[in-house]
Amino acid sequence: MAKRKTFDTRRQAGFTAIAAFCFVMLYLPIVLMAIFSFNGGLALTRWEGFSLVWYVTAWHNEVVQAATIRSVIIAAVATVVSTLVAVLAALAMGRGKSFRGRSAMFALINQPLMVPEIVTAVSLLVVFAWVKTTIGYSGLGYLILAHSAFCIPFAFMPVRARLQGMDQTLEQAAADLYASAWQVFRRVTFPLLWPGVLAGAMLAFVTSLDDVVITEFVKSAGQDTLPTYMLGQMRRNLTPETNAIATVLLVFSVVLVVAFFFVSREKHAKAQL
Amino acid sequence: MAVTQPNTDLVIANRRETRNRWLLLLPSIVILLAAAVGPLIVVVIYSFLTAGDYGGVVWHFSWDGWLGVFTTSDPFDGTLSLANAHISILWRSVKLSFLTTLFCLILGFPTAYFIATRPVTQRDGWMLLITIPFWTNLLIRTFAIMGLIRNEGLANGLLEWLGIIDHPIQMMFTDFAILLGMVYVYLPLMVLPLYASMERLNFSLIDAAYDLYATPFRVLRRVIVPAVKPGVVAGSILVFVPSLGAYVIPRILGGGTQLMLGNLIELQFGQARNWPLGAALSLTLLVMVTVALIVYVRASANEGD
Amino acid sequence: MIEVDRIHVRFGEGPGAFIALNDVSVTINESEFFTLLGPSGCGKTTLLRSIAGFIHPSGGAIRLAGQNILSLPPFKRPVNTVFQNYALFPHMTVAENVGFGLEMLGRPRAEIAATVEEMLALVKMTAMASRRPSELSGGQQQRVALARALAPKPKVLLLDESLSALDLKLRKEMQIELKRLQSETGITFIFVTHDQEEALTMSDRIAVMSAGTIRQIGTPREIYDHPRERFVADFIGDTNFVQANLSADGTVELPGGARIRAGLQEDAAVAARPVTLVIRPEQTVLEQVPEKAPLSGVLENVVYCGTDTHYHLMLADGARFVVRRQNNPARPVTFEKGQRLGIGFEPQAVQVLEG
Repeated sequence: MAKRKTFDTRRQAGFTAIAAFCFVMLYLPIVLMAIFSFNGGLALTRWEGFSLVWYVTAWHNEVVQAATIRSVIIAAVATVVSTLVAVLAALAMGRGKSFRGRSAMFALINQPLMVPEIVTAVSLLVVFAWVKTTIGYSGLGYLILAHSAFCIPFAFMPVRARLQGMDQTLEQAAADLYASAWQVFRRVTFPLLWPGVLAGAMLAFVTSLDDVVITEFVKSAGQDTLPTYMLGQMRRNLTPETNAIATVLLVFSVVLVVAFFFVSREKHAKAQL
Repeated sequence: MAVTQPNTDLVIANRRETRNRWLLLLPSIVILLAAAVGPLIVVVIYSFLTAGDYGGVVWHFSWDGWLGVFTTSDPFDGTLSLANAHISILWRSVKLSFLTTLFCLILGFPTAYFIATRPVTQRDGWMLLITIPFWTNLLIRTFAIMGLIRNEGLANGLLEWLGIIDHPIQMMFTDFAILLGMVYVYLPLMVLPLYASMERLNFSLIDAAYDLYATPFRVLRRVIVPAVKPGVVAGSILVFVPSLGAYVIPRILGGGTQLMLGNLIELQFGQARNWPLGAALSLTLLVMVTVALIVYVRASANEGD
Repeated sequence: MIEVDRIHVRFGEGPGAFIALNDVSVTINESEFFTLLGPSGCGKTTLLRSIAGFIHPSGGAIRLAGQNILSLPPFKRPVNTVFQNYALFPHMTVAENVGFGLEMLGRPRAEIAATVEEMLALVKMTAMASRRPSELSGGQQQRVALARALAPKPKVLLLDESLSALDLKLRKEMQIELKRLQSETGITFIFVTHDQEEALTMSDRIAVMSAGTIRQIGTPREIYDHPRERFVADFIGDTNFVQANLSADGTVELPGGARIRAGLQEDAAVAARPVTLVIRPEQTVLEQVPEKAPLSGVLENVVYCGTDTHYHLMLADGARFVVRRQNNPARPVTFEKGQRLGIGFEPQAVQVLEG
């Protein structure tokens, strides 16, 4: 008698195949894009030998350099501001105890997530246009302000989650042992909160770095960030140089996400006592 | 003997706590009002003003912005007629968003189920694989799709090389391209909440159903799907809402011909120089998104779990 | 030395509000091991946390050496707490945990190190000084929590059901430890528990609480031998309740007709009325001849319990009565189920309650 395959109650027909297809489909385009960034020639389909020429070109491209620096500066400042603000807000929102205006505050913090980016972009364009003509300032400040605002909910979520998972009696114990409110925060709350703050900062940084729509509308002429530079290239002048830049950004995201994954694994272990 | 004098220390402590709380919240309130909520209010105001000749607005009340959403007026005699172009753009946005959600559901449901049925130690790893594309820049992913479907792109190149076609199939700048791009970009957004629901699925229910003579398909339809309905709803909203407001994807993959609502809005602030119309269109999009969100809140409230 | 004066704690507002403490007053003496005992929800933890400063009463005062500490935040009160879940700081070592309070008080480093060493030796945890709390067992964490709370040498130490998470053997060990620590340091201990056996073994005085009020305060012996209320009698130890009638001449008529002269409470009036008698099972004996004893009943059940045997009888008026007899292999007895037996006891063993 032929050996029978045991019946797997978890199995559903075709699901594994579709899942496999999805995983392949998710990675195929970006993997191919990365591969062709190493293409020696100008063509985007014909493989003309392995070469780093496009990376070199991108590296020496002054416009790319400026755009990268701008992206990093904006992301760095926006991360610091939004994470700081989000930590203060998370501490203020408290855990469990409700207060008047709490739901309104939640709605305000999450507002950037609920409004489509194009609407926010347009609204900022409109307001900043008026401000620009009134006070004449035309620097990075608008972009930094805009990025700080929409990064707040991204920084807020991990911090709040970490805060809620924290044992409340620890802070009571510290107060019981003569720690003032500031000392409780500095010696107990913040050290235990730190992994959440770190996670929030990473989220905020990536979100700011990746932003296209809002930056495109708010920026003044010549104020390209890396994504808006790429957007411009895609409309006009497509070379594998764009592939190269895209691949670099891709690798950066992957590294960051994997790092975030391992950080949150560790914080899970530490919070249990 | 009950002597209940109000404890003034308690009152003072409570007041101080409230004051401190709002002090901590002040920075976020300021930033969000200045750069998130406040500008929206300005948009509302602008939608009721008159368009300036070179962009911008003239501070003169007008209904033109709102009227322009659905109607055009004949330049000669001012009669209003339906703005067919706008209607078709709105319809395309809704249609494509809906299709995107549907395809994401068809593809994402088995994927989430697959991950949820892996051994516990593996699941984080699989989810990491889903999360990585999710955090990759939208532009990069759209660019990658473009690399695939362009006339000089990889798909056409492969087909030509295999001899299946003589000249490239036009895939760019079509509705298909936009749909493909959106499904590709938003698929992880469907898988994540679906997985969250499925992870909490009580698999012994499936065993019980089999014990009671159910077929695999019946198990899917009568046990699994109802149990993960919150995930389905959440995933659908998470895909539908950004699809409605998509801008980058239709811009790159649809070119200047296949416009979605986001592109139409941008046009008003660019070449068309009609800021009030752009403002009105933005608010229209916002209303559509809000309606979808309300539907979601209602649907998940009815779950009662 | 600690004077709790009509403390009132209310959660919520209006008619639906929950009164956790209803104008509770008690005075706790210096260097006393004082226990708050009661079922869950009785308010004992609420009272403890009010003293610690984590709950703000809506009325009343708490005076420590004459000064009302209610207006002080927790970190200004010379009172330390051992939490039920220990609340050890997971990101600090044992030594850093124990020294935390002294650090907050601004003591010099040398003094902190010396005191930490002293405290760890006191709770026998010196070897674990550089470990993290996650590496310790429950009992070890308990001792570190104790050391941490004792290190700042507070006037009062509050213990919130600190032993309830330990297994039985460890618990009994810790009870002895705590008692030793208390007498060595001379600090006032206020101990919260729902375990009446624990309260009886450890305390100098006990306050039995129920539903936000204190029912009785006294030494363990007073509480056990002379409960003033049915609730206290029932909560502490095993009890038999017997309905009887008090006569004007001060004698008590038992079911079955016998008369005894039982101990009345000092302030009880001598007037004819129904009363409830409290008789502890271990203070009774079984008589083969029912007529010789003040009470008699039919033996329904015999339960062997290792150290002693419980005999369950039914009295003339239908009430249940339990007699406890310590087992002695040298002198076995046999009683038959259904047999009518006498229940003997000394009159002094009887406590008279109203109602």
